[in-house]
Amino acid sequence: MSEILDANLLREDLPGMSELSEVDVVRHFTRLSTWNYHIDLGLYPLGSCTMKYNPKINERIARLQGFTLAHPYLPAADIQGALEIQKALETCLAEISGMDAVTLQPAAGAHGELTGILMIRAYHESRGHPRKKILIPDSAHGTNPASAAISGYVIETVPSNIRGTVDLGRLAASVNEDVAAIMITNPNTLGIFESDIAKISELLHSRGALVYMDGANLNAMMGITRPGDFGVDVLHINLHKTFTTPHGGGGPGAGPVAVKKMLEPFLPYPVVAKTAEGAYFFEYERPQSIGKIKAYNGHFGMHLRALCYILANGAEGLKEASEIAVLNANYIRAKLKDTYALAYESPSLHEVVFSDRLQARKDVHVWDIGKRLIDYGFHPPTVSFPLIVPGAIMIEPTETESKQELDGFIEAMLAIAREADETPETVKTAPHTTRVGRIDEAAAARRPVLRWKPE
Amino acid sequence: MRYIPNSETDRKQMLAEIGADSIERLFSDIPENVRLRRLLNLPKALTEPELLDYFHARAAEVSGRGTPFIGAGIYRHHIPIIIDALISRSEFYTAYTPYQAEIAQGTLQAIFEFQTYIAQLTGMDVANASLYDGSTGLAEAVLMAQRISKKHKFLIARTVHPEYRAVVDTYAKNLGIHVELIEYAPDGRVDMDRLERQIGQDVAAVVVQSPNFFGTIEHTHDISELAHSRGALSIVNVCEAIALGILKPPGEDASEHRRADIVVGEAQSFGVPPSFGGPHVGFLATRERYIRQMPGRLVGLGRDYSGRPAFVLTLSTREQHIRREKATSNICTNQSLCALMATIYLATVGPKGLREICEHNILKADYAANEIRNRTRHRLIFSAPRFNEFVLKVQGQCSFGLSLSRFYPELGNAFLLCVTETARRHEIDAMVQRLAITSAPRLTCRSTSVLCLKKARLVAARSICRHWTFQRNL
Amino acid sequence: MTPDDLLFTKEHEWLRIVGEAGTIGISDHAQKELGDIVYVELPKPGMKFNSGEPFGSVESVKAVSELFIPVSGEVIEINEDLGAAPEKINEDPYGAGWMIRIRLSNTDETGDLMSAEEYDEYIQEAAE
Repeated sequence: MSEILDANLLREDLPGMSELSEVDVVRHFTRLSTWNYHIDLGLYPLGSCTMKYNPKINERIARLQGFTLAHPYLPAADIQGALEIQKALETCLAEISGMDAVTLQPAAGAHGELTGILMIRAYHESRGHPRKKILIPDSAHGTNPASAAISGYVIETVPSNIRGTVDLGRLAASVNEDVAAIMITNPNTLGIFESDIAKISELLHSRGALVYMDGANLNAMMGITRPGDFGVDVLHINLHKTFTTPHGGGGPGAGPVAVKKMLEPFLPYPVVAKTAEGAYFFEYERPQSIGKIKAYNGHFGMHLRALCYILANGAEGLKEASEIAVLNANYIRAKLKDTYALAYESPSLHEVVFSDRLQARKDVHVWDIGKRLIDYGFHPPTVSFPLIVPGAIMIEPTETESKQELDGFIEAMLAIAREADETPETVKTAPHTTRVGRIDEAAAARRPVLRWKPE
Repeated sequence: MRYIPNSETDRKQMLAEIGADSIERLFSDIPENVRLRRLLNLPKALTEPELLDYFHARAAEVSGRGTPFIGAGIYRHHIPIIIDALISRSEFYTAYTPYQAEIAQGTLQAIFEFQTYIAQLTGMDVANASLYDGSTGLAEAVLMAQRISKKHKFLIARTVHPEYRAVVDTYAKNLGIHVELIEYAPDGRVDMDRLERQIGQDVAAVVVQSPNFFGTIEHTHDISELAHSRGALSIVNVCEAIALGILKPPGEDASEHRRADIVVGEAQSFGVPPSFGGPHVGFLATRERYIRQMPGRLVGLGRDYSGRPAFVLTLSTREQHIRREKATSNICTNQSLCALMATIYLATVGPKGLREICEHNILKADYAANEIRNRTRHRLIFSAPRFNEFVLKVQGQCSFGLSLSRFYPELGNAFLLCVTETARRHEIDAMVQRLAITSAPRLTCRSTSVLCLKKARLVAARSICRHWTFQRNL
Repeated sequence: MTPDDLLFTKEHEWLRIVGEAGTIGISDHAQKELGDIVYVELPKPGMKFNSGEPFGSVESVKAVSELFIPVSGEVIEINEDLGAAPEKINEDPYGAGWMIRIRLSNTDETGDLMSAEEYDEYIQEAAE
């Protein structure tokens, strides 16, 4: 070694790393795994997260050696199968969303938002001026304003009306030539369809602005309505929500972006294209492209799984998935609405939002209810979001839950409501059945310990 | 339906409870004029055997299962079998982000271990829970340095992965960030003299990569010292993370001035397969004093209210769901499962194993380079010490590695070759043999071979997947 | 009891004036609303602010709030102890939990601020 590399280039040792046998490693990580809740164990009713079952065949096909060993810099002739997968997924996503072109490059939903907003900026710049503002409803995900801000835009918040949807009148007052786009989630984070969406799109378009849609809630509308048909110009799609790629304990995700024709020139490069003879290749010469948003072309492993899910379902299957997702959410709504206060009376699609208003009288809050659900064997719903509902309890069951599982959840929620009334302390100190109890987050944040240190 | 458990009877009962006469009624808020009144134009649903056939056929069309000697940011290292066995546990791969710490201690502890490994390997104080990949990680590091320094000019070495630089450009262009490139010297490393002339007090940070895109090892510590002497931060990017197992870490030195401020990179080499470019796993490590400027999630060790040690996501006020447009980044997810793969990898190979793997990479690459030098007409153009990649100036054709004509046209007919521990001696010898022969122009041109391949495959595709509506467009 | 030698802003900062110097912190009501405080970001001594400008921020586990200066002035001292022990703001908001001391640039600016009594009424009204 010393003949090849000078000793001063080398490190001395790796303190704190231990030598372990395979048995040690397997037992350690298997033990860790048993401390996790997961979708194969039961309902995961996280609103806006679409925690649905992850089909096993997805995992099998993503592990085929031809795919796992493929290098994106191999000559086009050697990667035809992979390119065809990407093209096929793009085509499916364009059809499902009613859009014209798709990039698979973004790594996750928020990354897709950034990509979409950068394309909107490039579009306006190509017409002379990038404009200044992005309008965002107050019910939006926090990633929306964050993504718009790092694209160099100023954010203006649009208030919701008493229906829980965008206030058209107040929106009209905000739309002018400074507005680059609106970032809208539909159905919104309250699970309510923006019935005025066509008018909203017209309004924005009439002033030269574009409509960006956060596709987080696409699971409510597959085969029923298409963003491209109600005026959306750019849309990101979370493959790890609607299209069953696993969440992996917080990633990897994938956030393809679908656009209308006029935005196609701005897609990140490379684009999967085809020669006149029908061979696929990565097209790098894209003079109007926003550039690269990530090295290579996205999370191919996730693309495989999403395509597998789409092909397993077909048009009828996807439509049925959306229908049953909405049925399940409405069933929970019907069963719980007399016990928990509905945040809005408007009809729910794939998710329903309650508030802890009734329980808060006994000082039992949404996070207490969530933690107590753990004792009943369920993962808590999304809590304290959307921000416009104080004490929000946001429940999204998805279509992959049986009536039996939903009934178990409903019973647990009703039991917790009784406990909140009769023995509130039980709820407020939950969970009682887990390996560790509620964690002192303030202490952890005041003096953060972020790694082991060698003794 | 395969993935929908509710029966017809269940559905009827549920509708009765809801008080709706049909599922259709539940969609009444979607106006008629935006409803889709036809079926989506998608391929007919495939059965499980049909799905397997379709994907097996596509996988078979991807070659390169022999050693293609290609690296350039994605490396083929041996992946211990236990990684896939462990990450295939539903408890890991089907879990959500660990917001509910009481029932996510497994994921949280694994990430905490990842943070520890990365901090140790880079020689830094802390590392985050991972980022999308190395390229977006580098862009985040640049944004972070802008927040810390409140300055906007960055010097980035041309020897940094060209696609990473492209991603930085995309992120930076609307945030007032100005990037100036640092040229490389004839030995394939950063040109220190030019850097010295370029760097002024207005520079936020100097960004270099080691081993760099040409596979050569940069003097990261000298560069950090120079950056610090001019009031700039030092960012070191790492694409080939395996090298951290043997090279002196950018964050470690007796003198504080010679330590990097941010070490960022890609950990795909730690047990994550190439997968045609992703998913991989980015990391970002820094000094304690910059923790609050870090992007991405962090797992901390705390206690529950009865005093038991417990892991929890912490310092989340930096993040988008709280700060919204003022967040340190718009990132929402990390790459948890890939970070877990890296963690299992490092636990499995251990410190000695990691060093041995590094030695194999260095020795095999060195062997290959010498053989090429001695037995072919191709020329190695950079003389600086290298890890597992090198650049060849090619006479005639080269069917291995990556042509650098797109990224570094000034190098002419140059190729970047990579030799890892997975390359067997006979494969290296065969490659050298082939390179010796192909010094003359090849007869078949690439586009022809695409065509032949495509025609043969069309037939197969039709028979496998008759309902594939996109067939028309093929 | 809200100490009656303090003046308050609508954003819940308090100001105690002694001569030309002013000490600034956040009210007991504010610390309760924020919950467990985990971090405070304070300006460097020597920085100048105009009345109403943000001079720092305070973080609880799940929220960040900006801090607004009640009157114009130059920072002459910050409470270094809060770096290691931000919980002092929760424990003793009007004492050990003070944040910065400033030299007032204009002592006539206090007209818009509330007395302790007015502040208590203001909170009462907000709650209703």
